[in-house]
Amino acid sequence: MAEVSNEAVSNVIPGSGKQLLRYGLYAVVGFLVMLFALGQVAKCTGTRSSSIGAVDAATGTITLNLTQEPPQLDSTKATDQVSGMILGHVMEGLLRYDANDNLVAGVAETWSLTETDATFTLKQGLQWSNGAPITAHDFVFSWRKAVDPMTASQYAFILYFIENAREITSGEKPVESLGVTAVDDYTLQVRLIEPTPFFLSLTAFPTYFPINQAFYESTEGKYGANAEDLVYNGPFTIAQWVHNANVRLEKNQYYWNKDAVHLNVIDYAYILSDANAIINLFESGDIAQAGLNVELVDRALRNRWDIRQHVDGSVFFIEVNHREERLTSNYNLRKALQYVNDPSELVNKVIKLPGNLPGASIFPVWLQGVDGKFREEFPPTPLVTNHDKAREHYAMALEELGLDQITLVMLSGDNPSANKQSEYYQNKYAKVLGLELKLDRQIFKQRLQKMTDGDFDLVLAGWGPDYNDALTFGDLFTSWNENNRGRFNNPEVDRQVDIAKNSSDPQTRMEAFAKVQELLNEDVAILNNYERGSLYVLHPQVKGVARRSVGPDPDFAFAYIEDEGT
Amino acid sequence: MVWYTVKRLIQGIITVWFIATATFWAMHQVPGDPFIGEKAVSPEVEANLKARWGLDKPAYEQYAIFLVNMARGDFGISFTQESRSVNEIIQERFPVSAILGILAIVFAGLGGVLYGALTALYRNQWPDVIIILLVIIGISVPSFVFASVGQLVLVTINQILGFTLLPVAGWGDVAHMLVPALVLGLGTMAFLTRLMRSSMLEIVSADFIRTARSKGVPAAQVFSRHQLRNAVLPVITVLGPSVASITTGGFVVENIFGIPGLGQSFVLAVQQSDYGVIMGTTVFYGAFLVLMVIIVDLLYAWIDPRVRLE
Repeated sequence: MAEVSNEAVSNVIPGSGKQLLRYGLYAVVGFLVMLFALGQVAKCTGTRSSSIGAVDAATGTITLNLTQEPPQLDSTKATDQVSGMILGHVMEGLLRYDANDNLVAGVAETWSLTETDATFTLKQGLQWSNGAPITAHDFVFSWRKAVDPMTASQYAFILYFIENAREITSGEKPVESLGVTAVDDYTLQVRLIEPTPFFLSLTAFPTYFPINQAFYESTEGKYGANAEDLVYNGPFTIAQWVHNANVRLEKNQYYWNKDAVHLNVIDYAYILSDANAIINLFESGDIAQAGLNVELVDRALRNRWDIRQHVDGSVFFIEVNHREERLTSNYNLRKALQYVNDPSELVNKVIKLPGNLPGASIFPVWLQGVDGKFREEFPPTPLVTNHDKAREHYAMALEELGLDQITLVMLSGDNPSANKQSEYYQNKYAKVLGLELKLDRQIFKQRLQKMTDGDFDLVLAGWGPDYNDALTFGDLFTSWNENNRGRFNNPEVDRQVDIAKNSSDPQTRMEAFAKVQELLNEDVAILNNYERGSLYVLHPQVKGVARRSVGPDPDFAFAYIEDEGT
Repeated sequence: MVWYTVKRLIQGIITVWFIATATFWAMHQVPGDPFIGEKAVSPEVEANLKARWGLDKPAYEQYAIFLVNMARGDFGISFTQESRSVNEIIQERFPVSAILGILAIVFAGLGGVLYGALTALYRNQWPDVIIILLVIIGISVPSFVFASVGQLVLVTINQILGFTLLPVAGWGDVAHMLVPALVLGLGTMAFLTRLMRSSMLEIVSADFIRTARSKGVPAAQVFSRHQLRNAVLPVITVLGPSVASITTGGFVVENIFGIPGLGQSFVLAVQQSDYGVIMGTTVFYGAFLVLMVIIVDLLYAWIDPRVRLE
């Protein structure tokens, strides 16, 4: 960058300022012309300009964002939360959840459930959004599809309560042997392999949604890929789906309970995951709902927005690696870590986002028990934080292992929240025990792969429920569960889960789970962290939105817009 | 010239093949695969999935299949958006990134040349001082900061005005792209301004300027024909690679402004181990970059006859 240093030579040619100004003007004009041209081209890219604002009472429209593009909307293959949420709006199973989280009739009119069978009588005269009748055959078809090895559905396991489902998925039996029969067009019979008292709640799960066979076959393998490759039986239909840009739902005129649906349009006009960008859209009145993180709480308070709280149902913990070759298989070491563990401190001083609860058990507080909530009926024995005891156990562990110093590896996700937590533990373990914790940060898939391979001592992990029964958490640490990535193995836990699985008596089942709860804490299967809660803001005119821990969330299916000023 | 072009194209193809191969093997070395998810997949289902996607075959066989398909321009099907082909995804999303990128380049190019010329004309005077200060900020602040701040400014302006002057996020018409494109092009604009400034100052004292002025060529003509034209050469050199990096590197901006471009899907594919989309986008970007460099080299020869293409 040699600049001219000889000041004797003027570095300005006279009149060049004017010339530059003229070029500048040319540039601006050229730029405007080009802008116009680009605008025309952009319109051809298939996406469309944004909408009319967060809520529009006149047309019954709510505008929202999605945090990601639904990969595809074939209910037998859907695994992610966004797909589940949209499917919950546009499809309906035998039963469904109402706004108060009660199971109510969906496609089914009446039903009966025994230890070995479930029978559903379907409503007559129901129609798909293309006018075809909804029959019991639609369920038989989709359930067979879900367990078909050719489908290779990751959620096939959720049908494993049905006779032969597992054998079909592993290719041992033909799909026709699945224990579900359409006795006639409106009667569906299901044979269960074990008492499944929560089976009714499973029928509200997306994998159990019906699919119209004739339509499925007409899409030639593209079922669920685009809006026109789907036929709907829920409160809404997908009127427009521009990939990665927007999804627009419109009221389904064929829905049997359409009088209960107040909104005409739910417009997911933006696909955005950046929390700041989402809150910016909320503040500018473009979307009706937005989540808050720690950094955004202040902004919400400053704007005097009505902050709401939601428990999303997931439980977070440190999963311990129990494989024999790992130091963490030593009981005293685990006990030492447990005595250091202080979930309240983690929640209040590290995570700091109101709405999270300190963890005390693998079973979250909202789970259904015998009559009331499981955790109220069977409170876990409190675990106390005690640094002296921690050091005692640590000394014993060092002696047993014949070491002077222990170094462990903590695997975690690579995001601000996980980083804060793992650094907290690193600091804490060093201070209290003198234990060195190495941090291994990995992005989502890589972390899961390392967990599956057992390549960790401790890992920041979590578990979200699939249905509202203690079993969805209870069997997580049985020796046969593939999600038991630390290979925890306690025959007594296995036995208690077996007892629960083979009974339909709520008292027996919940007592067994209560024992599991105690055993997991006693044997330090995991170190409890927190039950996740989240904060969000909602447009004040929008009412009747269901937020839930199990099932489609957030659910706007029966929401409505209140008139301004009331 | 023709021979040179052909030679460069052959070199380009070899480069793209090399990029594809390196990416293919690196991708398979990374722990995790497209099917791993929060809920463990039972061994039966995993076997079914692998068989369906051909991942049960040995790696070299997968590589061979990939090469054959790549030669035919087929990158297969996305692992996450199962019913859609990778080509479909690229066709749909690249135009969006390209439009944004072109606009950003125009911002950067026009702004860089004009500001650069301006600072050179008013060296050490206040326009120079102010612009150079802004240039330093533009170069040192990363684009995600500009993107967030830009968006916040939009929110505030819209609130003060009481109507939507420019939308905060989304895609569809010119109003949606102005701020994102400006943010995307800002770094390059700042860089080009500096380059243009020093290049202008270097040339103003060159012999041919003095000659032109002494033989009585009008000043305006000296400025535009001799000074500006020569000063702009280094800018064009840099512009080539930055066309590629801006068009492909819009991930952050696309993410914050909710723009359905290819940059976003590229990064997401890596996070989701979507093998099909990773390979498709990498090869596409690689080919695009190589092509841009070749075009700039040819363009350069056309503008500056001193460059010999040998």
